[in-house]
Amino acid sequence: MRLDQLPLRQASRIASIDWTGLAPREAQRLRELGFDDGVAIEALHRSAMKGPLACRVGRMIIAVRRKVAATDRNDPA
Amino acid sequence: MNPSPMIALVGNPNAGKSALFNALTGARQKVGNYPGVTVERKVGRMALDDGRPLELVDLPGTYSLDPASPDEQVTRDVLFGRQAGERTPSALVVVVDATNLDNHLRFVLQLVALGLPVVVALNMIDMAERDGLVIDIARLSAELGVPVVPTVAVRKRGLDELRAALGRAVGGGGKAVFATGEPEDITKLQREARRIADAVTVQQHAENAWTQRLDRVALHPVIGPILLAGMMFVMFQAVFSWSQVPIEWLASAQAWLADTAIRTLPDNLLRSLLVDGIINGVGSVVAFLPQILILFFFILLLEASGYMVRAAFLMDRLMAGVGLSGRAFIPLLSSFACAIPGIMATRSIDDPRDRLTTILIAPLMTCSARLPVYAVIIGAFIPAKRVLPGVGLQGLVLFCLYLAGIGGAMAVAAVLRRTVTKGGGGGFLMELPKYQMPVWRDVALGLWQRCLIFLRRAGTVILWVTVVLWVLTSYPVAPEGSGIKQSEYSIAGRIASVLEPVVRPVGFNHNMALAVIPAMAAREVAVSALQTVYSIDAGDDEKVGQKRLGLRLRGAWSLPTALAFLAWFVFAPQCLSTIAVIRRETNGWLWPAFTLGYLFVLAWCAAGITFWTATALGL
Repeated sequence: MRLDQLPLRQASRIASIDWTGLAPREAQRLRELGFDDGVAIEALHRSAMKGPLACRVGRMIIAVRRKVAATDRNDPA
Repeated sequence: MNPSPMIALVGNPNAGKSALFNALTGARQKVGNYPGVTVERKVGRMALDDGRPLELVDLPGTYSLDPASPDEQVTRDVLFGRQAGERTPSALVVVVDATNLDNHLRFVLQLVALGLPVVVALNMIDMAERDGLVIDIARLSAELGVPVVPTVAVRKRGLDELRAALGRAVGGGGKAVFATGEPEDITKLQREARRIADAVTVQQHAENAWTQRLDRVALHPVIGPILLAGMMFVMFQAVFSWSQVPIEWLASAQAWLADTAIRTLPDNLLRSLLVDGIINGVGSVVAFLPQILILFFFILLLEASGYMVRAAFLMDRLMAGVGLSGRAFIPLLSSFACAIPGIMATRSIDDPRDRLTTILIAPLMTCSARLPVYAVIIGAFIPAKRVLPGVGLQGLVLFCLYLAGIGGAMAVAAVLRRTVTKGGGGGFLMELPKYQMPVWRDVALGLWQRCLIFLRRAGTVILWVTVVLWVLTSYPVAPEGSGIKQSEYSIAGRIASVLEPVVRPVGFNHNMALAVIPAMAAREVAVSALQTVYSIDAGDDEKVGQKRLGLRLRGAWSLPTALAFLAWFVFAPQCLSTIAVIRRETNGWLWPAFTLGYLFVLAWCAAGITFWTATALGL
């Protein structure tokens, strides 16, 4: 399931990331922040009016826009 | 004499680097700039246990050696010995957040590969323990091949051990080995970092429960924005209400100084310069130090507690509406204190067009230098009554002025992003750090630095502008009995007469035209300029220091004029220092000239609309 559709606080793992759907800089920052196949992920908060969402990746909380979140597909943990 | 070895403090953002820097160097630090860029350079001195002195440089936090923004570029260039005006470090202290090992270790691996002596400060070890994390430090040190020292920077724990490890590291020397090499594949390093983190983490429990609980409220789609707006409101109310008592003290001290000077010195030019120019001119600006410090206090608190990034998260949707990202919110909020650190803070925005737009609108955020102007006019023209329990009318007007600045900035950003800074768009991708209790010592240190910067400014720029203005308003002396006002007859008055036709349609009188010119050097000078002009016109300096500027203005200005003056300062072309920073940031005169031009037009229109509307309403 895509990160932007993931129910809040449901423990999951990153299955794949569509790196081609991201700008090179965005892709690099995502990698630096720990996005990688198999990493534990959990959607935590969604802001109003389709604003960004906060998710836990590993032990870090990251804010991403939904468009970027849509490139991330996850399996239940 | 050999300079003392330079140690660079490096690490991911939010690893507690600055807290460690403060703990190691105390007040022995100097804040400056790297040549050519407005990235802040923080350097401090410390001594090893055997007395050897070290120079410690706090580098901007970064996630990797592949820079995405100007401040990350500085970190990389210093580490590779390519930064102008900086030596190659003799050793590195890599600060790692113990509660976030798997991510921070990847950067450690990159830094260890540079070949410089490295000491890892495993910081926030107390929070890791509180989170139920148990880390095998000996194993971590063995895996990385460098010494690892557990520290709690905010409580000064582990500093002796860190100093000892540094002493050994500096003794050994070392040189970067792959200064020109290709950066290693991030994903590979990241996996290696996760492997090490797993191997050294003996025990692991639930995550930071506090941050989770607080975020459920702070990032709630409905409660979150209300909370943010409430906090901003409290902040601006506090700026007004908490500062009243200390401002009174400063005003009394100023009045006492002026009275003493008048009593003890003979009535001559020197006394007029001292009283009208220096004591009342500079004094009227220094009187606002409490308000400026209260504002900085809140901003430092928001940054230190970890809430500032949450505010960026909440603001992202709105900012995206005008083509910016929530990341721009942080420099813009800092610009409420001063546009200069605000513009400098844009260095963390990686998209060049987002960054340029943020720089161009930063001067629209009401900086603290405008507070003296607002405070004098509001104090004189807006009655100090309560409109709601705990909400004063004066504070409310001030809040509205700030809102006008924000609204103006958003509108300008929307126009710019569709015209001159069209294209690009960096998105929004940020780490939300754990909440932390601010370290009061660090907040106090930050406030002290701001206080010094402000007083230095008051003692230099503002003093000189005030003195020059006093000379220009005092000469030539108007012939006695001619009925011509000194402020009109003087050189400054004649210059103002040239500007007056431009600003008269928006309700400004001659003295206001006169005050607006030196306000270009520093906005708060508008207050001292008015003070000087009205003091000189009063011609009776026995009353100076007793009669408050507000009373004088109330006698001289109509309410629509006062409101127009406030509206002018919401958009007023910013001070020279801001122009200089924009020039340095954008590498040329185009953008500073553009900023000056558009702000002048906006200020004129805003003052005009306010004046015409207020007059039509019969205010």
